[in-house]
Amino acid sequence: MTRIELTVNGDKRSDEVEPRLLLVHYLRETCGLRAANVGCDTTSCGACTVLLDGRSVKSCTVLAVQAAGQDVVTSEGLSADGELHPVQAAFRLNHGLQCGFCTPGMVMAAVGLLAENPHPTEEEVRAGLEGNLCRCTGYHNIIRAVLAAADTQAEVQA
Amino acid sequence: MPARRELARGDYLSILGTRVLRTEDPKFLTTGGVYTDDVVDDRLAGACHVFFVRSPLAHATVSGIDVSAALEAPGVIAAFTGADLADLPAIPPSAAGLINTEMTQRLLATDKVRYVGEPVAVVVTELAYQGEDALELVAVDYDPLPAALGFDPGDSSLLFEAAGTNVAGYWGDPASLRPDLFEGCETVVSHTIVNQRVAPAPMETRAAAAVWGADGRLTTWIPNQGAQGTRDDLVKLLSLEPGQVRVITPDVGGAFGAKFGADPEHAVVAWVARRVGRPARWSETRYENLIGMTHGRAQQHTVTIGGSRDGNIQAYRLEIVQDAGAYPKIGAVLPMLTILMTTGPYDIPSAEAIAKVVVTNTTPIGAYRGAGRPEATAAIERAIDLFAAEIGVDPADVRRKNLLPKFTEPHRTKFGALYDTGDYVAALDAALEAAGYAELRAEQAARRASGDVRQLGIGVSSYVEITGMGDGEGTPPSENATVEVFADGTATILTGTSPHGQGHATAWAMLASEELGIPVEKITLQWGDTDLIPEGGGTGGSRSLQQGGAAVQQASRELIEIARERAAAELEANPADLVYDTSRSAFAVAGDPEASVPLTKLAEGERLLVRTVFSQPGATFPFGTHVAVAEVDIETGKPTLTRMITVDDAGTILNPLLAEGQRHGGIGQGAAQAFLEEVVYDDDGNPLTTSFADYPIISATEVPSYELAEMQTPTSYNPLGAKGIGEAGSIGSTPAVQNAIVDAVAHLGVRHIDMPATSRRVWEALRAARQGSEHR
Repeated sequence: MTRIELTVNGDKRSDEVEPRLLLVHYLRETCGLRAANVGCDTTSCGACTVLLDGRSVKSCTVLAVQAAGQDVVTSEGLSADGELHPVQAAFRLNHGLQCGFCTPGMVMAAVGLLAENPHPTEEEVRAGLEGNLCRCTGYHNIIRAVLAAADTQAEVQA
Repeated sequence: MPARRELARGDYLSILGTRVLRTEDPKFLTTGGVYTDDVVDDRLAGACHVFFVRSPLAHATVSGIDVSAALEAPGVIAAFTGADLADLPAIPPSAAGLINTEMTQRLLATDKVRYVGEPVAVVVTELAYQGEDALELVAVDYDPLPAALGFDPGDSSLLFEAAGTNVAGYWGDPASLRPDLFEGCETVVSHTIVNQRVAPAPMETRAAAAVWGADGRLTTWIPNQGAQGTRDDLVKLLSLEPGQVRVITPDVGGAFGAKFGADPEHAVVAWVARRVGRPARWSETRYENLIGMTHGRAQQHTVTIGGSRDGNIQAYRLEIVQDAGAYPKIGAVLPMLTILMTTGPYDIPSAEAIAKVVVTNTTPIGAYRGAGRPEATAAIERAIDLFAAEIGVDPADVRRKNLLPKFTEPHRTKFGALYDTGDYVAALDAALEAAGYAELRAEQAARRASGDVRQLGIGVSSYVEITGMGDGEGTPPSENATVEVFADGTATILTGTSPHGQGHATAWAMLASEELGIPVEKITLQWGDTDLIPEGGGTGGSRSLQQGGAAVQQASRELIEIARERAAAELEANPADLVYDTSRSAFAVAGDPEASVPLTKLAEGERLLVRTVFSQPGATFPFGTHVAVAEVDIETGKPTLTRMITVDDAGTILNPLLAEGQRHGGIGQGAAQAFLEEVVYDDDGNPLTTSFADYPIISATEVPSYELAEMQTPTSYNPLGAKGIGEAGSIGSTPAVQNAIVDAVAHLGVRHIDMPATSRRVWEALRAARQGSEHR
């Protein structure tokens, strides 16, 4: 077992973990944060995407020990005071989610994408989210949501 | 009936037909859905973890299983094999009798394995990580047998010796085919087409949590499409009494037909929980999901189409072979639906269809979005394009010439389907107009003339499909709903449907809100707990709104009538003189609005609730036309889908936001089958697509934004005017995209490319065409 100290959604934590424990399992089982999901075995689906020091990572491919000393943000910690983060709000306004399984990861990937490129084109959004799979939406409304979030005013298309 | 009710009573604007945002979203967007693997419940404290040992061979006899090494591994509580479950009955095939009754399955394989991924043993551990390690220590002695594969597996290597054949059954009589069907046709075209095997691949894999109470009852959490059907399956699989099982449906991360009912694994997890005397949990990996969850499609079609050289189709024959996989499940029955929809929206004087069902050493076939209907549409839409190419007539014109004319009274097809309403030509023309069809053809001609490396293809697909089926015409399709209003101004709906992304919590609340005047935010939907809602048909076959939604409306209206009696007593008035004002959720005496009583007050004493069942006369038949535009690089063969324009007429739309979402998802999934996705096996029956790195599940970069054109032809079968919308997108888009890719290279001599029309397949078709051996 190894002791790690890190920040999760603003809370400082110190936990004993097995060296092989994946960050996603640390978040789900140790921290009780179950928004990030595991949807594949091959780092393909992105349902587990979280922010690590502000950059989006697939938490199934990061060991918990690798996150030591860093700042982890999950979709639970994205918004404060019960308000939706602008990206979360844009997903709702544009119906960018159906079953919700890919959603926390998709939202975090979108937040990471917009941090790097605040005004992406549709093509750039599609390329930026290629590593996040959704089986419900055909991606149409996800792309619209991210483009809407990029504008400060997220509005439902008439 | 108007397409949409714009105004209701007084100054109250109807909520029906409006883009109400989903009430379920804030949770999904923040703390996330609570899927089966997320469920935290006191009853599941101390749960053990179940892991399945799965066959690595497609076909083999099992001569021994040794679990002793696994039992010695850290954290292992127990290990079980098929021998431990010997007292449980064999699982019969679907439609046993019509399908060979010898083709049975065991919960865990005993003497033989029949596909890679078939469960043969379980290891039960304290911690999840320990199970992954211990699985490898189970030693199974396999004696390999030749794998029976493909649409003609032959009988040299029998999956079921007792059956004496790998043919599971027939739908229709091959001897009934008429040798003279195409007599008098100037042109006859025939082709054999593969509608390939694909993976449903919901983002949430299969899972279960199970615990037995001191009362001998099982409580189990399973991601499914209908708790009641899942409960009934478990009762059969485990030989229990109906009252012994409670199924709870947590949030479900997508299903697409593949989560209907209970699978053998769900039953085994419940069995383990009882045997080891503690709660048990299971959550499969994506690898297990891609080999263990049922696959979809897997039909071969031999189409023959004949008609006049000016484009009148006179005869059509569809010969189907269904690969049912190793065990005949619902997939073995789906050819019935394909046959039912053989001629689609077309008026063809002579048509016939038959199907042969075979078993092979592959993952069993189940229902997958569309389930039987996309196959029918794909077959006839390719056939029409082949026919159009042969006679040199524009494929859109051939369609227009042969579509059934508009009808408002139900139309009975030669295959027995009763189409409720249809205006197929209008759908075709609306889609062509939205696409700018003439301009697209001009652009295509210009690129052909200039020899552009990127050639343009335009694909058209007209469809009609069947939604909301019952169990035959004797039993009308129905669904139940319970609506209860509380004194605090809130309301609860119980439904027999089972949402897993469709947005029922919002849509059902809209329907109740419209009648009761209670805001959507104050109405809670409950589903998927068999103790709370013992009956229900679940969600599938695009049935939910037209039956489950209609039941909510009916229950709400009945509730108002009960409340009216109470209000009359309260106000000492004649019930007939009372008006229900939804704008303030109160009854008032007509002509004296001051004399009123709020609905909430009428719920203070006796519970104010109604349970009702809504039935509709029959299935409904949504229809539409999809137009796909694709570019093909003729040097590399790479196809790019550049536009998707669709008309999907599902009758009156309750919430356009949700309806569009269903269309988008279906369009994407259907397009994926046309040019990307395929489950592939090698010649020994080893699956080659066992991860998302190998199975090319569609991603955001492979599709364009979709262009949706509107058309609403209400059905008279329910007061909502609603037909199904869940599967239409996946039915129309597949052949449209395939047709577009073929069309892009048609001038180079290519007549057909099987799905998925990948870069390689397109390149090979182009090469074959260049070499003069026309690829057809």
